[in-house]
Amino acid sequence: MINRLTMIPPTEMAGALWQIASSGKFNADILFTVTNTAAAITLSVIGGFLAGATLHAMPRLRHAANPLLSAYYAVPVFVFYPLLIVAFGVGRGALIAMGALVGIVAMIVNTLDGLDRVPPVLIKTAEVLKLGYARKLLLVRLPAALPYLVTGVKLAAAYSVIGIVAGEFILATAGIGKRIAFGYQDFDNRTMYGMLLLLLILVMVVNGALAYWEKRLHRRFGRS
Amino acid sequence: MKARHLDTLLLLLCLGFAWELIYALVGPDVVPSPVTTLRRAGELVQTANFWKDAASTGHAFALACAIGIGGGIAIGLLLGFSKLATEVADPMLGTIYSIPKITLYPIILLIFGLNLSAKVAFGVIHGVFPVIIATMSALRNVPPIHRRTAHVLGLSPAATISTVLVPAALPEIFSGIRIGVAVTLLGTLLAEMFASASGLGFALTRAMELHEVVDIFALALLIFASAAILNGSLLALERRLRGHD
Repeated sequence: MINRLTMIPPTEMAGALWQIASSGKFNADILFTVTNTAAAITLSVIGGFLAGATLHAMPRLRHAANPLLSAYYAVPVFVFYPLLIVAFGVGRGALIAMGALVGIVAMIVNTLDGLDRVPPVLIKTAEVLKLGYARKLLLVRLPAALPYLVTGVKLAAAYSVIGIVAGEFILATAGIGKRIAFGYQDFDNRTMYGMLLLLLILVMVVNGALAYWEKRLHRRFGRS
Repeated sequence: MKARHLDTLLLLLCLGFAWELIYALVGPDVVPSPVTTLRRAGELVQTANFWKDAASTGHAFALACAIGIGGGIAIGLLLGFSKLATEVADPMLGTIYSIPKITLYPIILLIFGLNLSAKVAFGVIHGVFPVIIATMSALRNVPPIHRRTAHVLGLSPAATISTVLVPAALPEIFSGIRIGVAVTLLGTLLAEMFASASGLGFALTRAMELHEVVDIFALALLIFASAAILNGSLLALERRLRGHD
């Protein structure tokens, strides 16, 4: 029914994916994307948490930054990618920076949200028990905020992948997105759909796992 | 209220200052100074080419918004009226919403060809899902007492929808529309950056390939500013719809 140049049947997509996996010809590209994404997620989670905690400690700065944070995802941050290319050159650096830039604000916002929702009674209990600042942070605040932090991690991961794959599409030396774009340009539909399927499976597995973890944490803490 | 705006303004000034500092550190080959960028942006808006690109992007963006928002509300209403449909569709829509849609662009290009409709279609698949999800959840969140009152008053289904459900759900639907508009713009620009022959996204990629750093910064700044203004005005409208808070 559909022109083969437009779409190939799903069975053939799965076959192409199997071929890619067994021949190992794109292993380097897959590894490139996966490691870059992991680096970007790590950066945005750690950076976002630190920035969020800092903002939480400084209410005035936080109020000033609030409109900027809420408008962040309304502007296409991706238009920064060409600038990152200029700054870092074509390669890992620009991609990781792009992924981290797209992901970090989700983490900041959710860190703030999580720290806001720590029940006051827990803080008071900690004070009654005379816990020091560090122990209060580690034993009380962080566990209580954890479900919201995991939401932040989930969103940061989803956004980072978008930033990185989009970057690979536009300009990069390697990666899954690059292979898909190449496959498109060469009318190599088997490679294109195979890699596409692989990427979608990877994203759904990571996203599903994080969503499951998030739900469990919310259920466990939701009762208090 | 006033003091908070002042703080935000101060923060923006600090960011501008940080930009100037980075410029002083890494030099004009990588980051142009804020003044140069603003001047270039001022020049760009006086050229005919810029407006041709802006019109091309605007055209695709407007079409994508109309289709994405209209379709999203229609699908959301259809699904939202049935409890079963809401429960079945909700997790599926959530998953689709979270996949990076940029990967689907080659398929869209193969289906539509390299032209306006591909850009519009790509914008639509970005914008339609948040609108559907928001519409469904808005209908679910209408207090049951509203429906019961409508029932007691003997309103016909059509009258219930137009005079009770839609007004009650409108503010939440509207925040879905605001998100939808923002991601539709992102989708349209991404489409232009990846493969297109016109538009602001295309101008950005061209500037990147020619290594015109000042042009990249100026274009990014102009896109940023228009997106921020668009978002701000939608937000103001949303506040008015919610009445107060």
